[in-house]
Amino acid sequence: MNGRQSMIEILKPGLFSTIQDKGRVGLQSYGIPHSGSMDSFSSDLGNKILGNNVENAVMEITMIGPVLEFKTSSIICITGADLSPFINNVNVLMNTSLVVKKNDVLSFGRLIDGLRSYIAISGGFKTEKAYNSRSMCKNVTKAVRLNKNDILKFDKSVTLSDSELLVKNIKSFGNVLSVYKGPEFFMLNSYQQNYIMSHEFSISNSYNRMAVQLKDLIVNELVSIITSPVIPGTVQLTPNGTLIILMRDCQTTGGYPRILQLEEKSINSVSQLKKNSKLNFKLKI
Amino acid sequence: MNKNFFINYFQFNSSSILISWENSIENDIIFDVLSFKNAINNNIKQILEVRNAYSSLLVTYKYSIDNIYSEIKTLKQVYLNKIKINLVERKTWRIPVCYDKFFSKDLDNISTSLNLSRNQIIKLHHENKYMVCFLGFLPGFLYLSNLNKKLYFPRKSVPDLSVAKGSVGIGGSQTGVYPSDSPGGWNIIGNSPVNFINTSTDEISFAQPGDLIKFYPITLEEHQVILKESNKFKFEWEAIND
Repeated sequence: MNGRQSMIEILKPGLFSTIQDKGRVGLQSYGIPHSGSMDSFSSDLGNKILGNNVENAVMEITMIGPVLEFKTSSIICITGADLSPFINNVNVLMNTSLVVKKNDVLSFGRLIDGLRSYIAISGGFKTEKAYNSRSMCKNVTKAVRLNKNDILKFDKSVTLSDSELLVKNIKSFGNVLSVYKGPEFFMLNSYQQNYIMSHEFSISNSYNRMAVQLKDLIVNELVSIITSPVIPGTVQLTPNGTLIILMRDCQTTGGYPRILQLEEKSINSVSQLKKNSKLNFKLKI
Repeated sequence: MNKNFFINYFQFNSSSILISWENSIENDIIFDVLSFKNAINNNIKQILEVRNAYSSLLVTYKYSIDNIYSEIKTLKQVYLNKIKINLVERKTWRIPVCYDKFFSKDLDNISTSLNLSRNQIIKLHHENKYMVCFLGFLPGFLYLSNLNKKLYFPRKSVPDLSVAKGSVGIGGSQTGVYPSDSPGGWNIIGNSPVNFINTSTDEISFAQPGDLIKFYPITLEEHQVILKESNKFKFEWEAIND
């Protein structure tokens, strides 16, 4: 070992943990999903607190956190949902840089709020790239999630400087989603439009990195459109009246009417909502 | 002959504009869409990506759009001055497909319902040339047009949980190849041993929208030989001369 290659071992992977960065922009014409951190605000925040580039890869963890053992010392920062982080069984702060030493164990406890938390590390994780991104995604990268006993490399060549920066009360969370009208919004009748803009919706038990499905049905007679482009944040209306919010790993094309389009910051908010969470849509224009 | 299309411009999000033609699948429309796409790529800087579907284009800019009216005005000017896509420069790709019983698990069902023999279906499927309209659904999935009307066959009402990589299917008026294992509702009539998506960055997909695909039948033995070295498969193409 030359000392530059540093490592973390995954003792337990948690519910669903992946490596994410800014994703694969500009490759959607090949059918390749955009991917990248679901809550890009929290992911960027962690990198910024550490003085990293926002393009550096972070670990995205979901609902139940992993247990990680550091084989090398480093500096990390935990942002996003509060999953009660511990280092060696001692509660640690979020949104600030944390020094971890060799053999330290990072673990998580109870989910206090939100859904997805981010672990940024000084210099970023150095996992395998596909199409110039480390974002794990089915059909794109070999590894689609982190598993027990995986060894993650990171680059320690960067100087470790404990910046002492603590960011308080910064959250990407919210239940009011600001939206634009989608290309097929005009196909809805005024009753449907008013209903969608005034109803409090709740999240069904189907919510993942591809899409978040809402529970409440809308009376709908709209037929499908011919296959057309969709992007993260597109809200589709299915023939049975279900609203589906497309998320970062969504397909690049779809055949359901696109009735709303979430603003970027609202995609981050949805990323932190779980089953039964309430939400409202608010028109931007 | 220049047909005039009604085209709608719509701001989709902070950095993209959706351009839509009438909601219909027609060669004239697709050629107009592809011509406009070329012109945008050649004439507008600060574009991250332009991608098309049957009757729409999504133009994504590198930065947030400052003035939507001026961007749309620029796009309209590019549309007026565009050059019609050169159909002769496109390629016809020859893609092997094995229609052996080992793979064609839904062929008997189609055969019975459509009252066509297995061989008739196979012949009708590989004698047509298909046009690549765009990629979507899965990385490397080609949306193809020009399936023989005699082979139109509805999707399964309950999709299969897992369709194998390479599966060649018919779903409604469409045919296509699954580039990876995936849930799917199309009726499977064969399997292609070649890779439709490449993990090396220089050439992600061999085919471009506008290209044609010509399937040719191979035996199960030939399929196994190609599959063993699918990474080394050399895609062959011919110039379009029809």
